[in-house]
Amino acid sequence: MAKIKGAIIIDQERCKGCNLCVVACPLNLLALADREVNKKGYRFAKQIVKDVCNGCSSCAIVCPDGCITVYKKKID
Amino acid sequence: MTEEEIIRPENLVYKKPTLMNDRPMHYCPGCSHGVVHKLVAEVIEEMGMEEKTVGICPVGCAVFAYNYLDIDWIEAAHGRAPAVATAIKRLWNDRLVFTYQGDGDLACIGTAETIHALNRGENIAVIFINNAIYGMTGGQMAPTTLMGMKTATCPYGRQADLHGYPLKITEIAATLQGTCYVSRQSVHNVAAIRKAKKAIRKAFENSMSGKGSSLVEIVSTCNAGWKMSPEKANKWMEENMFPFYPLGDLKDIQP
Repeated sequence: MAKIKGAIIIDQERCKGCNLCVVACPLNLLALADREVNKKGYRFAKQIVKDVCNGCSSCAIVCPDGCITVYKKKID
Repeated sequence: MTEEEIIRPENLVYKKPTLMNDRPMHYCPGCSHGVVHKLVAEVIEEMGMEEKTVGICPVGCAVFAYNYLDIDWIEAAHGRAPAVATAIKRLWNDRLVFTYQGDGDLACIGTAETIHALNRGENIAVIFINNAIYGMTGGQMAPTTLMGMKTATCPYGRQADLHGYPLKITEIAATLQGTCYVSRQSVHNVAAIRKAKKAIRKAFENSMSGKGSSLVEIVSTCNAGWKMSPEKANKWMEENMFPFYPLGDLKDIQP
């Protein structure tokens, strides 16, 4: 069966740590950084679980600052 | 399969619209404005109108919208965006002209301009961000503030005998003969964002085909003004704003 795999890139310097992508991800793969901040002082979003993303783009669609880029590939 | 094999240009499914530049937005974290900016940019790109769009900025948080989207913009005086849009559309008929206004701009100081521009049936699209508060100036009561809602200028909640009732400008617009499409949408989750994008697209297309004025209200959050986290603000909006401001198309005139 064909499987779909996805990957995301988060622009962590642009991120404002609003947490909306974390809530939107149906697979709960995202979280805010625990003890790290970006130059603006925000706890940026991070992908905590790798290799499970299916590229549904929910996180990127709800991101108010457009920080997330999504890639998706079908694997046979 | 490794991540490097997936992250390739041919596998790209979603990115920040190219019309949106890299300048960091001044909006608070989690603000609905960013999502609506993205939708406007995406719709303009999909319609191929990058070089032929003129947006009118309001006064309010979106006053700096011209910094973030690389299209032509004009900054109007407070509330006067529909009047400016009228002039541009009449003089420059092949342009896509839209205004982007908040509730303090559109529903308070600019009520007259808005209602008369819509009633004249000007071929413009009006995007109305309703977050029930004056966000930029520090969270004062707006005409759209809900009954009982606490703001900086009504700390005990809005009361009818003292402050009057909230204004449903979209319902008023739906009764006007000049409007062809009046809709109320939201951007609190993925499904709602997709619907809002369709509504904006329809409004822009109507504006180009000369059917009359369109108004798309986006019920939004102002988490900083409401003093909540973005997540909680979305929940509060679903529980309190949607019963009073129900989502959906209020008027849609087919050709």
